[in-house]
Amino acid sequence: MENFEFINATVLLANFVIVPALSYGSQLALATLSLTIIYGVLRFSNFAQADWMSFGTMATILFTWLFQSIGITAGVLPTALLALPFAIIVTALFCLLIDRSVYSFYRKQKSQPIVLMIVSVGVMFILQAVVRFIIGPNDRKFFDGEKYIVHALDFKNYFGLEEGLTIKSTQLITVIVALIAMISLFYFLQKTKLGKSMRAYSNNEDLALLSGINPEKIVIVTWVISSILITTAGVLYGLDKSFKPFTYFNLLLPMFAAAIVGGIGSPIGAVIGGYVIAFSEITLTYAYKKFFVYLLPENLEPSGLMQVLSTDYKFAISFIILVIVLIVRPTGIVRGKII
Amino acid sequence: MSEDLRAPVAFTVMAVLLAIVGFTQSWSVSLSVINLCIISSIMAIGVNLQWGYGGLFNAGVMGFTALGGLTAVLVSHDPIYEAWDKAGIGIVISAIIFVLSITTLLFVFRNIENKQIRNTLIILIIVFGLIGINNFYGPSIDIIESINPAKTGFLGGLGLPIIFSWLIAAVVAGLVAWVIGKITLRLRSDYLAIATLGISEIVIAVVKHEDWLSRGVKNVSGLDRPVPYEIELQQSEWFLNLVERINFSKLEAMQSLSSRQDLLNDLVIDSSGIFVKLCYVGLFFSVLLLIFYLSQLALNSPWGRMLRAIRDNEEAASAMGKNIFAQHLQIFIIGSAIIGIAGAMLTTLDGQFTPGSYRPLRFTFIIWLMVIIGGSGNNLGSIFGGFFIWFIWIEAEPLSIGFMNMLAGGLEYDNPLRMHLLGSAAHLRLFIMGLLLLLALRFMPRGVIPEKIQKK
Repeated sequence: MENFEFINATVLLANFVIVPALSYGSQLALATLSLTIIYGVLRFSNFAQADWMSFGTMATILFTWLFQSIGITAGVLPTALLALPFAIIVTALFCLLIDRSVYSFYRKQKSQPIVLMIVSVGVMFILQAVVRFIIGPNDRKFFDGEKYIVHALDFKNYFGLEEGLTIKSTQLITVIVALIAMISLFYFLQKTKLGKSMRAYSNNEDLALLSGINPEKIVIVTWVISSILITTAGVLYGLDKSFKPFTYFNLLLPMFAAAIVGGIGSPIGAVIGGYVIAFSEITLTYAYKKFFVYLLPENLEPSGLMQVLSTDYKFAISFIILVIVLIVRPTGIVRGKII
Repeated sequence: MSEDLRAPVAFTVMAVLLAIVGFTQSWSVSLSVINLCIISSIMAIGVNLQWGYGGLFNAGVMGFTALGGLTAVLVSHDPIYEAWDKAGIGIVISAIIFVLSITTLLFVFRNIENKQIRNTLIILIIVFGLIGINNFYGPSIDIIESINPAKTGFLGGLGLPIIFSWLIAAVVAGLVAWVIGKITLRLRSDYLAIATLGISEIVIAVVKHEDWLSRGVKNVSGLDRPVPYEIELQQSEWFLNLVERINFSKLEAMQSLSSRQDLLNDLVIDSSGIFVKLCYVGLFFSVLLLIFYLSQLALNSPWGRMLRAIRDNEEAASAMGKNIFAQHLQIFIIGSAIIGIAGAMLTTLDGQFTPGSYRPLRFTFIIWLMVIIGGSGNNLGSIFGGFFIWFIWIEAEPLSIGFMNMLAGGLEYDNPLRMHLLGSAAHLRLFIMGLLLLLALRFMPRGVIPEKIQKK
């Protein structure tokens, strides 16, 4: 009986903490990667990045609707996955257009990073307007296909446990897609010539120029990679939850927090930061009462909710961690660029 | 155009724009816009001190505005004695535990060298602090929030006239800025922006969810006013006489006594609204003038010169023996205090405190636009930016609806495209804002009224 209680407690934790945190963490890690790539190569904090995420997701939704209207679906998988490549192309093209018309001017002038950051605030306004203009400010769900891989009820009946485990297909898709994206990104950065020249450019611009690296090419590749990552992250988040421009804008904060916590400018740090933020958001706001009820003998059962922070503070948590990291270890977990 | 001429021209254009609104829409609308313009200008001056003179990117404007608003509530609302009697002690004890834990944490962090002992102590303090706070805090807030939840359900305030809150807001915002500055000001500029952006979100989260303190999203309304109420005016003898005297010729033209009386009633109702708004304009404008005067004084003083020196070349200033961090902290506190004042004024004007309405776009980024478009480093520029950008922000909506109507001109009334265009008109103003910012940064990077370069 004792043992059974333990299994129940573990399943409970897996269902409410580990699985959601893993999928949210993967989404955040992808988004943070794109922020970090921009920061590392183009050297500014892009405040518009969360709105690029809405833009990419919006493009995906439009393509999904198009495919659905002509009867193309992906069977058990969500149609959005089919639409994703097309949306990435649109997003990347728009990114490049904005870069040409806005950012490149300041790059040529060698403006300070802070000026580029203010410019990105302007881009942020414009993107928000565009997204809200095209698809509206409301909540939208665009998920189709098979919803669950493991359903709580089936799980309970099958194992004869009191607690059920639900794994939504979007959660599995998220983790798989994110893994593929991360592995290919690291392969690209470490092994290919283009990736190496990108890292060289990020490390020391002048030296890279001297060795014949074409900066324009690097800039284009950077925007393309950033759009791939951010659109994928946005679509995975939207499939898992739903798409709403304002919610996406709010993701900017955890993204920045993850980038700094992990070590800004470092891709590995971005991934670690994403998972750290996601796990702490969920573990710190989960009420552990039931968990302890399973584990502890009856006379020791907790009276309160056993919650470190109320769920109201979910957003604040990423920043509390950020502040602590800034005080204790300002370079982040993986030592990033110097401040 | 010569740079000396820019300021008068810019302000004349602004005055004309406001007058146009007064004539075409109504004077009441125009005055409401002016009131918010003045408040925005004050915020912009605060940001300008930090950015234009100190070179600090504070993206936490929203947080300080909300703190100002909260102060207005805590100063002016009547205290809820019942809540204090029943649960005040619990709140006070948990506050004491909180402060004690933080100070011991800081002490341990600074004074204990051995890492192992330090980390154990830190964990112990956090755990015991949390347990202690939870023991007193949870039950007390339950009691407070259960006392008359529909109307109060919080601790209330001090019951002082709301106008005091403007000063106290400066102190509160300044204190919080001191804490934030201590943490963040050693960071590079864009880190500072991100950190302040996050901290302002934390402030909003606290204001939104700590119902015992601020009623949270249930809002506090019916705050008292520093100016008379319309209804009082309509009943007072001197106001009636005043309206009668001003509109003498209009009233004389009336034929019958009854129609004359009707007209007088209408005029009194209209004028009382306008009179109240004028009172606010007077109050706000004097605050604006005072803050403008003081900032100008400060910035032309040796202190201001030193700040500009630090902004332009930190290393050189540091080599001259200036303490960069201390100066940055000072200007950060002063700027934030000014933003806090504006926040309190805004809540005073609204007569209510609505934590849900604080959004970073409206309270942080728009203020930034004002400073940059107005001319960073120039207080007059910030005032102009505050007026101009707020005016556009308000008037963009009717204008974009008009624009969309023009676009959709040829379409049927219930054409889906037309409906969509009209429905999305409100989002055009975001577009206009972004475009203005990008154009200004590209073609007028020093703003409409640029900073004066002082030559010897």
